Amino acid sequence: MIHFVLHEAKDTVAVAVVEGIKAGTDLTAWIMDDDKQIPVKALQDIPIGHKLALKDMAVGDTVFKYGTDIGRVVAPIKAGEHAHVHNIKTKRW
Amino acid sequence: MISKNTTFWGYRRENGRVGVRNHVIILPVDDLSNAAAEAVAHNIKGVMAIPHPYGRLQFGADLDLHFRTLIGAGCNPNVAAVVVIGIEDGWTQKVVEGIAKSGKPVVGYGIEQHGDHDTIMRASKAAREFLQAASEKHREQCPIHELWVSTKCGESDTTSGCGANPTVGNAFDKLYDVGSTLVFGETTEITGGEQVIVQRCRTPKVAEDFMAMFNRYQDVVNRHKTSDLSDSQPTKGNILGGLTTIEEKAMGNIQKIGKKCMVDGVIDKAEVPTGPGLWFMDSSSAAAEMVTLCAASGFVVHLFPTGQGNVIGNPILPVIKICANPRTVRTMSEHIDVDSCALLQRDMVLDQAGDKLLDMMLRTANGRLTAAEALGHREFVMTRLYESA
Repeated sequence: MIHFVLHEAKDTVAVAVVEGIKAGTDLTAWIMDDDKQIPVKALQDIPIGHKLALKDMAVGDTVFKYGTDIGRVVAPIKAGEHAHVHNIKTKRW
Repeated sequence: MISKNTTFWGYRRENGRVGVRNHVIILPVDDLSNAAAEAVAHNIKGVMAIPHPYGRLQFGADLDLHFRTLIGAGCNPNVAAVVVIGIEDGWTQKVVEGIAKSGKPVVGYGIEQHGDHDTIMRASKAAREFLQAASEKHREQCPIHELWVSTKCGESDTTSGCGANPTVGNAFDKLYDVGSTLVFGETTEITGGEQVIVQRCRTPKVAEDFMAMFNRYQDVVNRHKTSDLSDSQPTKGNILGGLTTIEEKAMGNIQKIGKKCMVDGVIDKAEVPTGPGLWFMDSSSAAAEMVTLCAASGFVVHLFPTGQGNVIGNPILPVIKICANPRTVRTMSEHIDVDSCALLQRDMVLDQAGDKLLDMMLRTANGRLTAAEALGHREFVMTRLYESA
């Protein structure tokens, strides 16, 4: 079963594609472009459609999705944590 | 699955364009004429009124857009005939003349010096004649390249960018290959991905025109914004669904133009493209506004990927909803035409997802009512550029 998807190996976040992901569970992420599956662990509950951090990130770091810069980190994130508006903001507006 | 030899059953109009619906519409020029238009639609069973606000005291480019939208909607090949109603004869006849260029039956009535009742009577007589004539029109077999297809996503979430939008992109790549006319837009929603679009522009001039439109819209946002736009763009719905930044939303948005389509030209809001290929239309990211602009530009079927569940339709442009979010497909099933969830479970590859969508597109073109049509979603929303005088 696939729990998370990411586009390229360069991505630092992955998207939950199933409901009910709970903290502390070992799960599978699918790298779509490479058609490769990797293990990940959720440290927090991740709602469907929301993102999980794939690595530790510091304030000011660039977040990568689609192999591209999609924003900056505004609060420290640990791999496995929920990554969203509380720790990531746009660089554009 | 589709090739240059694929055909669909369409209504060939007087000007050679092909539509996939056969609507007779009662088109108000202004907000004063909605009541009369709706009364005509009540009298003549099977014609459709298209009420909308605005149409008075507009000026300049905003007024030009108003006329372009109304005339374009009337000229759309999905429309068989039009009865126009306005408060006065001058602007009413301007809309009539614009639609008459398409060769289809069109007539207009002004309310002043007549009143609602007399106008409703005159308009109902014309509407009945138009409806009965249209009801004898038959579909004929047409090559797929004559199908004009638009796309816009709405209530996006992360499953849009990962699943539903790439599904549309795959379909667009295939339609592009067979010579169809295609359009995408949502100018602010490219923010963060504009260089990706620039690289897909066929010529430096197209890239320059695109960037001019993009920068103008950025200026509008920067001039009027009071925050970083979170809640507006991305919207609350996007954010609840997991989308975090405009850059992320833009990269998801851009998936809709696939991997191979080149951007062959740019068009203004409600402008009609002048040839086949993929066009970028400067447009709002508000769903009903943008779909209405696509209808005014002459597109006849619309691919609408959604994440959290956008419900809008359009009175004359059938909107096909595609979704890759299993919770949305489960809780809002009456709104969804194509389920792409299998793509995100690796149970389907992108080519299969694209073909599944193209199959539904052809069925829709051939007459199958979309969910939005069956549910009576007929959102017709005018884009405004600034205040009325």
